[in-house]
Amino acid sequence: MTPTNLAGIFLFLIVTTLLAYPLGEYMALVFTDQKTFLTPVLSPIEKLFYKICGIDEKKEMSWKTYALCLLLFSLVGIIGLFLIQILQGHLPFNPEKFKGVKWDLSFNTAVSFVTNTNWQNYAGETTMSYLTQMLGLTVQNFVSAAAGIAVLIAMIRGFIRKTSETIGNFWVDLTRSVLYILLPLSLILAFILASQGVVQTLAPYVKAHTLQGKTQTIAVGPAASQIAIKQLGTNGGGFFNANSAHPFENPTPFTTFLELLAEFIIPVALVFTYGAMVKERKQGWAMYWAMMVLCAAGILTALYFETQGNPILKKMGVAHGTNLEGKEVRIGVMPSVLWSVITTDTSTGAVDSMHDSMTPIPGLIQIFNMAIGEAIFGGVGSGLMMMIFYALITMFIAGLMIGRTPEFLGKKLGPYEMVMASIGLLSSPITLLIFSAIAISLPAGLSALTNHGTHGLSEILYAYASTANNNGSAFAGLNSNTLFYNLTLGFAMLLGRFTTLIPGLAVAGSLAKKRLTPGTAATLRSDTLLFVVMLIGVVIVVGALTFLPPLTLGPFLEQLMMHAGRTF
Amino acid sequence: MKEIKQALMVFILMTILTGFLYPMAVTGIAQEVFPYQANGSLIKQKNKVVGSQLIGQSFTSPKYFNSRPSSISYNAASSGASNLGPTSKQLMEEVKKRIQKIRAANGLSPNQPVPADLVLGSASGLDPDITVQSALLQVPRIAKINCISPATLKALIQKNTIHSFLGWGMTRVNVLKLNLELNKVQSHCSHG
Repeated sequence: MTPTNLAGIFLFLIVTTLLAYPLGEYMALVFTDQKTFLTPVLSPIEKLFYKICGIDEKKEMSWKTYALCLLLFSLVGIIGLFLIQILQGHLPFNPEKFKGVKWDLSFNTAVSFVTNTNWQNYAGETTMSYLTQMLGLTVQNFVSAAAGIAVLIAMIRGFIRKTSETIGNFWVDLTRSVLYILLPLSLILAFILASQGVVQTLAPYVKAHTLQGKTQTIAVGPAASQIAIKQLGTNGGGFFNANSAHPFENPTPFTTFLELLAEFIIPVALVFTYGAMVKERKQGWAMYWAMMVLCAAGILTALYFETQGNPILKKMGVAHGTNLEGKEVRIGVMPSVLWSVITTDTSTGAVDSMHDSMTPIPGLIQIFNMAIGEAIFGGVGSGLMMMIFYALITMFIAGLMIGRTPEFLGKKLGPYEMVMASIGLLSSPITLLIFSAIAISLPAGLSALTNHGTHGLSEILYAYASTANNNGSAFAGLNSNTLFYNLTLGFAMLLGRFTTLIPGLAVAGSLAKKRLTPGTAATLRSDTLLFVVMLIGVVIVVGALTFLPPLTLGPFLEQLMMHAGRTF
Repeated sequence: MKEIKQALMVFILMTILTGFLYPMAVTGIAQEVFPYQANGSLIKQKNKVVGSQLIGQSFTSPKYFNSRPSSISYNAASSGASNLGPTSKQLMEEVKKRIQKIRAANGLSPNQPVPADLVLGSASGLDPDITVQSALLQVPRIAKINCISPATLKALIQKNTIHSFLGWGMTRVNVLKLNLELNKVQSHCSHG
């Protein structure tokens, strides 16, 4: 925790915020049918798109139709991606002649990419053809992110509208997310990454003759285009097995900074979009500060403990006990820790170091960030939605304290909203804990472990925290390409995705129908410091109460064991 | 039902746009504007590819600057890490052996600390760099075997050093580049 490291982190947070604000304002224009500087270029393409697909862009949907379209689109995506993988052996752009992917792995991967999780039970460079990477995985990187943004925008409309039956058109929100936001940003990022050394070619793998007289086969591929959207869409599925720790996926400290910025910028910007759309920018800033305080606390805690090093290593003679296992020299300790916290705050799940090899407390922070539902900026769309659920619960608790009907942004909150928010918040902890309990009780669950002792429990907890919240990063020692894990992790991802998005739409539909209630002196305003503090408190209390027991047996205990010099 | 048709059509159009046109456009332009980087930053000698400047390769010979341990033996077609945790017995046993080996090869005293990157595996298994401390530690050994003055080697390291910026990236040298330059330095060994 040197001043240099703190300055490096501060620089990152400042640059992100300064760029996210205008992007947030721009997105608000896009989703409120206003003209932007890209409208003249993109509007004709957009109109053509609707014409071909038979979409009436003026026709809005009820929340149920909106949810139906989301489900149908996800189902089509899962089937399409499943088929491309199974059939890749017979399809073009496969210079390494990879065979079709096995059915259970195909299922897991299809669900994983459609749900914006991007959990990977495969290694990219030994499993997937270039065609699968582009036509299959890249597409879902775009549309799963766009679907997340669409649903959040629909939820925000629920707060803005008065006595309205509709919350927008799913196809329009989806198309605009891709055309106006994700595609232009991805193009820019892909070119910068390619200029820095991220590969982008359709040629076969390269044979090199090394200085020590060996042959080295070097995997290449169309990586830059995929990595750009993998970061921007909080997807996280690497082109290569080592993800953004691979030198072709992340060649320099500059690309580390850029890629991290890319995974953080849209979730932060959406907070400002929210403020702009509800026409009270202070609401956006209140969310921003609640999230930023939690984010910074996570970064500092994780960095403090990781830079302490590992006492076992130190005793053996490793200088300062610096824990560089699973870290790259060109990335370094601070950016590895910073990335691990941001990637679990947001639902990205890309990694630039191996989380499994970090010291226990950073691992605890990572699991906590995911387990609370990725509400600290979170996934594109889904993150702010989760924090709004927390805000509704906060208002409910505050309402109980002072004996008033809770309200949020001028809308009275009834039992229906509270039930939906609770489903959104509780479904993933329940999924996580139950599946983890099953996995640690069965030989099929335990046989996949690389690490033993308390760290083994952390590996399993991490896997279900990651999938049930659609993160996708891993304690990758868990060898989870087995029938048991492919299926259980697949179901955890499906539950995690749709038990968040659909309750969100239900809340939107219900609130859109309500009138606005004018605020009084007794109203707890949601743009005040008091509210921000309460919101942070609710997030921590819910997280702590739900996860304290397993986190104590996992990372906490391992921290004590590590200091006692115990190994397993 | 019209929603099913719409879902199919949007999926197909999005696949064409983001799965074909977008990556093809990026490939076309990157190949035109940054062909060296887009094809893997390959280093060629006498028309033979000797490696990529971004991808580490295994250097174990005492005459070269040695690279970091790799759980995949620098197989650049299958990246990956050990994923061993901070209380893993297996990891600690491996590290112990590596420390002994490094101390023996470089004539260090039994209690002298060893830089972490030389005894701990990287995340990709393909780390192209080592820290400057790790390079300097190997100077006496390489100087002796190759009959090159330590000062020449230190100058070589200094020339190839990339500095950390506010904690982003460690102060480091690229092992392949360093060893390629080492190959060019005249050896003064009389036994040839």
